Amino acid sequence: MSDDSIRFFPLGDVALTVEFATHISEAINSKAISLAEYFERNPFPGFVEAVPAYSSTTLFYDLVAVRKNFPQFPTAFAAVKSLAAAAINGISKIESSGSRTVEIPLDCSDGAALDLEFIAENSGLSPGKVIDIFTSVTYRVYMLGFLPGFSYMADVDDRIATPRRDSPRLLVPKGSVGIAGKQTGIYSLESPGGWQIIGRTDIEMFTPFGAELTFLRPGDRVRFVTVK
Amino acid sequence: MSILIQKPGMLTTVQDLGRNGYRRFGINPNGVMDVAAACLINILLGNDDNEAVLEMHFPAPEIVFAADVVAAIGGGDFSPILDDHAVTNWRPFLAKKDSVLKFGRNAVGNRAYLAVSGGFKCDEWLGSSSTNLAAHLGGFYGRKLEKSDRIEANKTTKKKTFASGGQVSQSLIPFYSHFPTVRVIAGGEFENLTANGRELLLNQDFTISSNSNRMGFRLAGKPLNLSRPVELISSAVSFGTIQMLPDGQLIVLMADHQTSGGYPRIAHVITRDLPLLAQLGANDKVAFHLVEIAEAENLALEFEHDLNFLRAGCKFQANR
Repeated sequence: MSDDSIRFFPLGDVALTVEFATHISEAINSKAISLAEYFERNPFPGFVEAVPAYSSTTLFYDLVAVRKNFPQFPTAFAAVKSLAAAAINGISKIESSGSRTVEIPLDCSDGAALDLEFIAENSGLSPGKVIDIFTSVTYRVYMLGFLPGFSYMADVDDRIATPRRDSPRLLVPKGSVGIAGKQTGIYSLESPGGWQIIGRTDIEMFTPFGAELTFLRPGDRVRFVTVK
Repeated sequence: MSILIQKPGMLTTVQDLGRNGYRRFGINPNGVMDVAAACLINILLGNDDNEAVLEMHFPAPEIVFAADVVAAIGGGDFSPILDDHAVTNWRPFLAKKDSVLKFGRNAVGNRAYLAVSGGFKCDEWLGSSSTNLAAHLGGFYGRKLEKSDRIEANKTTKKKTFASGGQVSQSLIPFYSHFPTVRVIAGGEFENLTANGRELLLNQDFTISSNSNRMGFRLAGKPLNLSRPVELISSAVSFGTIQMLPDGQLIVLMADHQTSGGYPRIAHVITRDLPLLAQLGANDKVAFHLVEIAEAENLALEFEHDLNFLRAGCKFQANR
């Protein structure tokens, strides 16, 4: 793959961001994930970590080690840019670890669905209809961020897409499932937050001492199933 | 050997150079705010750069040493006093059994660091002792230190007398002030600033707001503007990233920042100058000076080169 619209820019002097696009699409997100996985499997000297996001991948590096190992480049940034560009050109050959589909139980009772009434009012639908629409869609996990194990998912149906709360809650309960525009996400920990809460799950999204740190991975597909 | 927190201070946490490698899970590195200070005092003690240290804010804690240990303090100058004797920053000292370390006033800087020879025994999580306050993990039970906490150290010194040989040369000590100029490189959205916006970024003094903390410093100043609105999708951010909020005000992300953000990244503070910024507190001021990435890298390399000389010197001292 080669594309002139790809932008490389420094994220400070210890990281480089590859911006594939400025919009959200599954194909672009797959590239971002594949590029990150490529470098996690094939680290260069001085590589620290790769962070995939919606439509970009950021490579963090130890600039002293990169400069030492790639003396032919004027800067560590130039060296990493060259490595990233080469990897992107071979990206069709990069195998992604593949996506899984997971079901997540969702409690939409009054005590858990803190903003269900607001979402319903905002969309002019009944709470029951809102839940039906929300659970009828298979979401894609685009990235993890914000909190350990917090998943950014899309696309929420336009009929129930709801803007963030005007004033964020000081504490959103752990396991809360929120909507922010067309995004949905699961609060992996109790945290301040402004997303509209449609329900709660009791699945641990973040297991700090587990073999897998997070329940979800970028690229996963998620279906919510209501529980009583 | 252990140390006892006799008075907790405002915010004292165990930190090292950060928990790298897990940003893609939403786990940010945490770690010390002032990397230079932590490295320097660890090197002075013959420790690894990454050895855990206590990061102290003012009002600072009162600490009792349970056994003889060689220690060092650096970063902000909080006027440390060991029993009745003033302690000099950036110079190892012997803390005798039952001696009490107190701090007088914060003369310069807002974060002071305490390291002990051999390091502290802490909760490691994912290869780091840094405290993640949001997830309650790492450091000392994932939380700030409280009265009566006892932190174990790895080593007790057997030396009865101690001649402090190691010292950091003046040129290595960051030039802390209440109004530093810190160098930045352009961020991904720098080009989206209007000419006036760039002028305002580089030619005004910003004031650190009181609602600044380890997550980020909010800067008060004349608002900047973009030539056209930028709708950004969330992507990775870093320690030192300067984001522009919708109202034109700036926030600099610090050690406890979240892993991703969606505001325009107009600039990034360079590694070499982050310690100067990290030592600022409410009402201090800062100005920005734009440099090229090559200069930012060369300044970091130069500091690393100087640290290598110090490492060699301290190892020589330790092995004598």
